[in-house]
Amino acid sequence: MNAQTDYSDTSRWSYHVDADFYADLDRFADLFTADWAVADVNVARSAEGFLSREARLIDEARFNDWIELFTDDCLYWVPITPGGGNPRLEVSHAFDDRRRLTDRVFWLRTGLAFSQIPQSRTRRLITNVEVLDDPGSGYRLVRSNFIVHEFRAGVGKTYPGWYGHVLAPDGDGWKIRLKQVNLLDSEHGHENLTLVF
Amino acid sequence: MVDVLSVVTDSVKDPKTPCWDDLVREDRVHRSLYTEERVFTEEMVKVFGQTWAYLAHESQLPEKNSFVTGTLGLRPIVITRDRKGGLHAVFNRCAHRAATICREEAGVAKSFQCPYHGWTFRNTGELVGAPWPSGYGADFNKSELGLGKVSRVESYRGFIFGTLNESAPSLEDFLGEAKPWLDYWIDRAPDGEVIVRAAAHRMVYRGNWKLAYDNGGDGYHPSFSHRSLLEMASRLGDSKDMSYFGKTPDDGAMKIYSLGNGHSVIDQRPNFDGPGSIWANQRPQPGRERFEELIRTKYPEDADRLLDISAGAQINLSIFPNLLIIGNQIQVIEPLSVDKTQLVWNATSIGGVPEEVNTMRMRTQEDFPAFGEPDDQANFEEVQRGLAVTEVEWILMNRGLNVDGWQSMDETGVVVSAVTDEIHMRSYFQEWLRLMNGARA
Repeated sequence: MNAQTDYSDTSRWSYHVDADFYADLDRFADLFTADWAVADVNVARSAEGFLSREARLIDEARFNDWIELFTDDCLYWVPITPGGGNPRLEVSHAFDDRRRLTDRVFWLRTGLAFSQIPQSRTRRLITNVEVLDDPGSGYRLVRSNFIVHEFRAGVGKTYPGWYGHVLAPDGDGWKIRLKQVNLLDSEHGHENLTLVF
Repeated sequence: MVDVLSVVTDSVKDPKTPCWDDLVREDRVHRSLYTEERVFTEEMVKVFGQTWAYLAHESQLPEKNSFVTGTLGLRPIVITRDRKGGLHAVFNRCAHRAATICREEAGVAKSFQCPYHGWTFRNTGELVGAPWPSGYGADFNKSELGLGKVSRVESYRGFIFGTLNESAPSLEDFLGEAKPWLDYWIDRAPDGEVIVRAAAHRMVYRGNWKLAYDNGGDGYHPSFSHRSLLEMASRLGDSKDMSYFGKTPDDGAMKIYSLGNGHSVIDQRPNFDGPGSIWANQRPQPGRERFEELIRTKYPEDADRLLDISAGAQINLSIFPNLLIIGNQIQVIEPLSVDKTQLVWNATSIGGVPEEVNTMRMRTQEDFPAFGEPDDQANFEEVQRGLAVTEVEWILMNRGLNVDGWQSMDETGVVVSAVTDEIHMRSYFQEWLRLMNGARA
């Protein structure tokens, strides 16, 4: 590794996860905990459509398609500390930059992960969608409630919580810069959390 | 063939009957030890209670009058620091009508008032008072009505253990030959300062608690149980980290050490050579490239050491019955029922290092709970399902037994063997047997 290394392929390299990357999470957390004005109906409908499409890709286990919804500098984050805590000093259920997210999808598709044999079947409901367009950054923040139903190995489970999505403009549409999954019981005991939220 | 049900039933009727010996053989243990409610009930009293069990880490009690709740077997307890800093563990059970007196996970309190009828106890257990004392007769003696206590509580370099057994050896003697390995792990932190306030993965599986202990010192399973992780690790072309388990592990430099008192350790360090080697072979975690550049630029003289302690410790140290030190995590086995267990993976940070080192430690400590442990726990659950077969009675732990050239004993009594030897199971079941047979000292 040296100054000549080309780090642009973030599925291989993680040079960009630096102090600024963590500082962005603090900024997003401030925005996600604020009260927002009710969004314009077209903006809201557009955001709901995006979330529904993402949900369907996960529920149909189309993880290779799902990962294409994310930006190169994305984070898929499932904190343990409610609300997120300080990820610099605390571990998370998932703190996946593009490389680790690529690993996760690869791992799910090896067919060798015994915790996913049989594979989780999921269906998720998403409601209470709120949208904030952040003029400073150009990002679109989407806040929603979810219930993920999982059935695996004869056992049904239910995971309630709320999502925080930070969407970055991408051509005519959006890509996911941050997907933060806030489980209602994030810091408590769970069985087999290898499903994708 | 042993009539298992009568054996187990008899032992509950008459604890002095030495029948457990029929269920633990040199090379195998009986399935009932993993499936029978009655065995579990007795374990929760004798194994968890009559030997030193890990309770908490001192960093979870950072100031005077700090407390943290926990369990000793199934008993709810509160581990406390008194006003002078001394350590105690009281049963979280009101002396009056048994309600728990503390319902928070952690905090600071000089006393605890029972929410049910208002009895108040000092954090050292003494009863301060009961409301409206004129309602009690002359024989009401406050000094006899304190909280029950874990009678012996001691800390070894921050690791707090407790036992109800007055005849148990000292904590240091109990740790015995595990102590130098624990020292190595603690001394990776400059000044030995380990901090357990970094969140925890609480991973529950539907299986007996001993399945986790069986696995802690198991150098046989990685090539199989962790195939998904090994396959994923080779995604980027060069295999990293645990891939050395995939070669012929018995011919390699990795060894297992049976340390006595049920303790064992797998030493993975011989797979690495020289400063910086642990880091160089670490699976890449978020931010790795920028972090390494920063450390090498700012601390050129010290970079290899700082990078190595950002990655795992490369030992798996099992301290019977409930402490597994794996990587940088302090893992605690919490039995919930005969077929349900919570494994708490306490993440650790360390003092005396740049903040970025601890951030990288967090990212490192997320890797195995995400991509390794779930597959093990899936296998634990499938073991528990397989154990429903009553006609096939035994779990084997015979690998390495009577194999020429595998085991050798050093002058301290530690037995070292090839890494896939199931000696860790054979040795801890001897300690299990000793405790279940009612040994005191």
